[in-house]
Formats: sequence, C-alpha cells, structure tokens
Amino acid sequence: MVRKLFKRGYATLVYLFLYLPIFFLILYSFNDSKYRGKWNGFTLRWYEELLKDRAIMEALYNTFMIALLAAIISTIVGTISAIAIHKMSSKWKVVFMNVTYIPVMNPDIVIGISLLALFVSLNMRLGFVTLLLAHITFNIPYVILAVLPKLKQLNPYLEEAALDLGATPMYAFFKVILPEIMPGVITGALLAFTLSLDDFMVSFFTTGSGVNTLSIRVYSMTKVGVSPKINALSTVLFLGVLVLLILLQKREKNLNE
Amino acid sequence: MQDYIIELRGITKSFGDKEVLGHIDLSIKPKEFITLLGPSGCGKTTTLRIIGGFEQSTKGDLYFEGERINEVPPFKRQINTVFQRYALFPHINVFENIAFGLKIKKMEEFLIEEKVKEMLKLVNLVGFEKRKINSLSGGQQQRIAIARALVNEPRVLLLDEPLGALDLKLRKEMQIELKKIQQRVGITFIYVTHDQEEALTMSDRVIVMSEGEIQQIGNPEDIYNEPVNRFVADFIGEGNIVDGIMVKDFEVKIEEQLFTCVDKGFEENELIEVLVRPEDIDIVKEEEGMLKGNVRSVVFKGVHYEMEIKDDNGFVWMVHSTDMAKKGERVGLFIEPDAIHIMKKVG
Amino acid sequence: MNKKWLSIPYALWSLIFSIIPIIIITIYSFCKRSPYGKIIYEFTLDNYKQFLEPIYLNVLWRSILLAAISTTACLVIGYPMAMIISKTSIKKRNVLIMLFVVPLWTNFLLRTYAWMVLLRDQGAINQFLIYLGIIKEPLQLLYNPGAVVMGMVYNFLPFMVLPIYSVLSKMDNSLVEAAQDLGATSGEVFRKVIFPLSMPGVVSGLIMVFMPAVSTFVISDLLGGGQTVLLGNLIQNQFLVARNWQFGSAISMIMMVLILIAIRISSKYQDEEGGGLW
Repeated sequence: MVRKLFKRGYATLVYLFLYLPIFFLILYSFNDSKYRGKWNGFTLRWYEELLKDRAIMEALYNTFMIALLAAIISTIVGTISAIAIHKMSSKWKVVFMNVTYIPVMNPDIVIGISLLALFVSLNMRLGFVTLLLAHITFNIPYVILAVLPKLKQLNPYLEEAALDLGATPMYAFFKVILPEIMPGVITGALLAFTLSLDDFMVSFFTTGSGVNTLSIRVYSMTKVGVSPKINALSTVLFLGVLVLLILLQKREKNLNE
Repeated sequence: MQDYIIELRGITKSFGDKEVLGHIDLSIKPKEFITLLGPSGCGKTTTLRIIGGFEQSTKGDLYFEGERINEVPPFKRQINTVFQRYALFPHINVFENIAFGLKIKKMEEFLIEEKVKEMLKLVNLVGFEKRKINSLSGGQQQRIAIARALVNEPRVLLLDEPLGALDLKLRKEMQIELKKIQQRVGITFIYVTHDQEEALTMSDRVIVMSEGEIQQIGNPEDIYNEPVNRFVADFIGEGNIVDGIMVKDFEVKIEEQLFTCVDKGFEENELIEVLVRPEDIDIVKEEEGMLKGNVRSVVFKGVHYEMEIKDDNGFVWMVHSTDMAKKGERVGLFIEPDAIHIMKKVG
Repeated sequence: MNKKWLSIPYALWSLIFSIIPIIIITIYSFCKRSPYGKIIYEFTLDNYKQFLEPIYLNVLWRSILLAAISTTACLVIGYPMAMIISKTSIKKRNVLIMLFVVPLWTNFLLRTYAWMVLLRDQGAINQFLIYLGIIKEPLQLLYNPGAVVMGMVYNFLPFMVLPIYSVLSKMDNSLVEAAQDLGATSGEVFRKVIFPLSMPGVVSGLIMVFMPAVSTFVISDLLGGGQTVLLGNLIQNQFLVARNWQFGSAISMIMMVLILIAIRISSKYQDEEGGGLW
C-alpha cells in the first residue's frame, strides 16, 4: 500500500515537472500585465496582438509550409528508399543503413553548419529553398526507419501473389504493398512533420535573412525580452497539439472497434 | 512438342557462385498432377518459381505449349500459384481476395460475383465473402488461396508446400480434397513438397530432387518399389540399404549370403546397393532363415512390431512384422526374390 | 524483381546533403585563415591546436560535465518512471506515455522559454517563495549552470523514458517470476534480471540524451544567459559571429568524435534487440 502511494506520488511529481511550465505559460497568456509575474486580471489582449503581429504570422506560415512540404517529399523519397534498401543484398544494406544513420547520429548543430557550408560553397541563396532541402535531409532517415520494420513484417510472397494474379508491378505496389505498410508510412510522415515543426538548430543555420520559422522568431524575441505574445502563441500551439492528439486517439479507437 | 504443356530444357540457376539447379530437363503433360519432392534446399521451390516467373533461370529454356516464355513476366503467364504461407492480402476481405485477378482483367461486376460464388462452392466455403482474412483458420485460408488462384482459370496451377502449415489431420483431408479439385477442374497441378507420403498419395508422377538435380521421375509405385539410387530409397519410406555384389544376372550376394533376385543387366561382380523394405522381411525360425541374427529391440507400433535385428555379419536390419520375436532371441530372416531391389551405386 | 534503381534518388540525396557537407567541414577544419577571415586551402593543424588553449578545454570539460550530469539525472528520474508506467494496465499505459510525448510535440524553443518565465526574478517560483515569506528578495534562479542542467533534463527526459519503457513493456514477466521462484528477493530480481535485460533501452536513452545535451546551444543560451558557454555556443559563435569557419569546423569535428566514442562505449552493452524510440 505504502509502495503504491509512493509510486503514485513519484509519478505525479514527474508529470508536474513536465507540465508546470506549460501550465504557467498558459496562465500568463491571459494575464493583463506585461512584466510582473503577478496576476493582474484576465485579458485576451495578447491573443489580439499575436494575430496582428505580421512577423509571427509569417513565421507560422513558413513553419507549417516547410513542415508540410518536407514531410510530403521525405515520406515519398523515404518510402521508396526503404523499399529499395529492403530488397538490397546485405552488403549494400549495411552501407545504406550507415548512411541513413548519419543525420540521426550527428548532432543537429553539425548538420546545420555542414549544410550551411554546403549551401555557401554552392553559392545558393539562403532562404526558403535551403531550409526545405535541409529539413528533407534530416527527415528522410526517420521515414526510412519507420517504414523498414513494416516491410520486414510483410509476407514476402504478397507482391508475387499479386503479380501471379496478373497485377503489374505498379498495380501490385499501390493495391497490395502500400496498404500493408501504410501504418509505417503514416508514422514516418507524422514523425517528419513534427521534427520539422520542432526544429530550431538546423533551421537556424540554413535560413537567410527575411525567412523565419517560428523557432527562429521565438529565439530572436527572447533576445529582446520576454513578451506575453509568446505565451499566447505557446497556448495556441499546445492546445492545437492536444486537440490533434485526442482526435487521433479517437480515430484509432474507432478503427479498432 | 504440343503434347506437353510445360517443358524445361537444360534449366540451370545460380545465385552468385552457388549453383542451386543444374541442368533440369522436365516435360509435363496437360491435366497431370505432378509433384516435385525433395528435402529443403534441393531446388524444388526454385524450379517452381522459375515456372511461375518469379525467378529467371541462368541458362536453359522454358516452354509453355511449345512457346518459349523465359522472359514473360509472371503477370502475363497463364499460370497461377498457391503460395507457401498463402500470401492472402490481409487488408481486403475474402471476396476481394478472390476477385483480385478478375478485377485486374476488368471483368464485369456481375460476372465476378458469379465466379467468386462458384469458387467458394468448389472449396466448400459458401457464405464467407465478407469475412476478414485474419478471422479464418489455417485450413480456410488455404482454401481461399486455392480459390483465388483457380478463379483465373489458369492452364497450370503451381502449389508451393500448400499444406505445410496445417496440422496432420487437416493435411490428410486437404490432400484428398486437392486431388478431387484437380480432377474436377481438369488442369495441370505442379506441387512442391518435402513430405513423401503426400507426394505418393496425390501425384500422377513424382519427381525426386536432390542438390539441384533430378534423381528419379516416375509414378508413385515405381518410385517406392524401384528407387534408382540410395538417395531416393532413403528419402521415400523406410528401408534397409546394404552393400552387395551382383554375382550374375538374378543372383546377388548380401552379407556373405547368396540371394535370388529379379534383376539383371549388371556387370558380373558389380558393386551395387540393395534396398529391402522393412515390411518385406519375414521372421522365421533360426534354421529356416537365409540370414541369422539377434533381436536387439522390439517396439509395438499398433499395426505391427518394429524390430531391430543384428545379423551375424553385424548389419542391423529394420523389420516390420506382425509376428513378434523377443528381445535377445535368435531368429532367421527370410526375403523373397521380388523384395530385393538392386540400385546402382552412386559416388 | 530488380529494384536497385529505386535507391538512386536517395543515394544521390545522401551523397549531396549528408556526406559531402561533412567532407566540406572536415576540409575546412584543416584549412588556414587569411587575415580577413577568408578560407585558404592550405593544410594546417592550427585550428585543432587552438582548441588546446585552456579556455577552450574548459568549455569542452564544462560541456561534457553538464551533459553527463543531465544524462545521469534523466536516468535516475526516468528509469523508475518507465518502470512504473510499464506496470500499469495497458489502457492507462497509453495515456501515461502519451503524456510524455505531448510536450515533445510543442515547440522546443517554447518549452525552454517556459522555464525562463518560471525562473526569472518576477517568475512564478520567486513570487511563490516571496508570498510564503521564505525569502524577501528574489533568488537568482536563471542564468547559471543549474538552470542549464534543469533545461536539459526537462527537454530530454522523454528520450530516456520512452526507450526504457519500450524494452520494459516487452519484457517477459515469466522471467521475473522464474527469478522469484529461484529465491531472488525483489532487489535481486531487479539487479540480476530486470536491469540487465533493460540495458538496450538504457543505452538508447543515454545516447539520445547525451547527444543533444552535449551539442546544444539554445538551452545554455536562454537559461545560462551567456554565462555558461558550451561547445554548441562556441561553434555557433565561430560560424555566425566570429566568422572563423575553420575553427568552428574543427570544434564540430572534435564534438563528432566525442559523440562517436560515447556511442561506441555504450553500444558495447547493447545487443541486437534494440530498444529504440520506435
């Protein structure tokens, strides 16, 4: 009994540690005071100002655009690559898997500066395109790592069965293989999307003046001083994620039933 | 040429440096139930996959009704396959699985429905259209796999160890059912298995393979009664295989004793191997026996006793008999001339 | 079916965007610097020699120390947590794990920023302590190494809990019962059975926490306020402020080697069955 209580208490403390900062961010986003931590009354002022802040809105747009495009492209390239790797002889498989692990095992900051060095030596203008290329680069390995296990689980004869029944390789891929590995592909796509949304380090080094993502915008704002607008922004994002997750959970439950 | 539906001429297959099939020649007649039999790694599945188009032969030609089809991709061959682990598509239901090939052919919807129904009837699974693949038992999945292949009206059906995952009782039932289905639809079945009993029960002809080569082709009786070499004899059924000398026609020396046999055409004093099936040996009184020996063990097997008898030259004979001898007893062994099978010595 | 050509796009992509960039900074790290900061393609070891100066070695030491402290803290806090979660009912388990993942879905910068809000002089913690009358003047909670460690633990704790949990939840409970049956006390069961079997997860966790911790510059920048200079800050500074890419590349190389060594050491304890995040 004591043990159970102790476990409960411990878990509660850890979750408090995880959520307390987020809770205060949300709380302060409704606080009608700019600098004081004290409660000065409820307001929606910061949300209004947030909507009016063009720089933040643009950063938000860039972040989502890049995350979306990077997720789509890396999911397509990653899925195709995973299939290719899956079919390789073990010698080549080792080579490709090692290459795949480079962006996973390399610290973000090294990915960032090395890509910066590359783009500069290619005389590319830093901006939206370089950001997108960088994001796709660090996303592809995660898609591959998410899809490969599904391919391993796949009955190797399924594709042959489809061909045997008259399907062309293309038809077999879309009607048989893809539906089977779909959970892995979706996991990979979601992973890629969230990694992109969350990224700061790589974006920081590979973007040029004028093109900001949310992370970069927040970073520069913290340099100037803490603004309650960021609290409001955090609240919106956090609640957005929460709603999305709950919806996903519900969908999964429905699918299971 | 047209007498054969499928012909393999000098088919060779290597993976890297490793040769898995060495020069296979094989002709298969229409409506034949033919079985490729052999231990795992003997090349039987590779042969089947070459016929199905999933594997390309390194050398040699493959003919379908006299036409060379080496380069024809699997989806353009009039051949369908029942795969080892069925390979049913788990994301679609039974109906969609069976209709898969027909939909590719863009057949009319009502025709598809009719044909799927017909097939379900053939495999005794009427009313299973809407069921999920994962909700079916192994035996049911097996039948669906057969239906899915047969609905396309192939000229040849390839079956790769289709009963391998089923339990013994279900296997026996399915063996009979498969044979019935083959006779009803009247097409060629090429069947791969490592189970000799399965091969002998169902096939018109059995092809025994080992290490990428065909050892013997024949109907089940021939394969069992007249194995051409030690490998076939050993692989098919139980047997006593002992070295011998063909003294002259119809006379063979085994364990220092002369026996009359029914074989001829060997060189004088040629070294050969002799197969005697355990059920072909009679146990007699010591003084009446052609060979004499001690009973080493006796195990009751239900229909017969399984005995090991060590003759005076030291060879241990396996004997199946309804007459029981006691352990340690001296007995004689009697072998009829037609129970002695002479085989060429290999290696 | 031959599908080798499918790998060509990825092979090209990896070559251009993963391999060549690393080759470039490897070359840079051995290049000379012109008086105006331009890169001169002549071989030199100066950039690495420069790193041997005490101030830089101090940074290296501090980075390793803070990362090691944070990683240990994550393990100490995270392991019991993973165990607790793995022992709850399946339904509850998913919710509890989800609660660990949700903060990961919010922006990393915002998460770190949240601690700035909490720890600053007018922040909630100081306000609370003053309200209770424990202190009169606000404590200097922000801009010190402690705050940096705090930020690292907060951000990277899920990376420790998730892999350990994934190994523990797959562990065959009959092993534990077998050990008990053989007379092991619960302490012994943990030391001799559970912990050794969970090693793959622990190793994944250690790597996944240590790596971002030793290379971060955001956490040290925001919560350390420039007082706590780490390897990451040094690299960022060389690339974007001092414009000495050669030296920045050399530091990056050293950091990569450091991480490779860390992975090598820890993966000794990891067997085939990985306890990765996925």
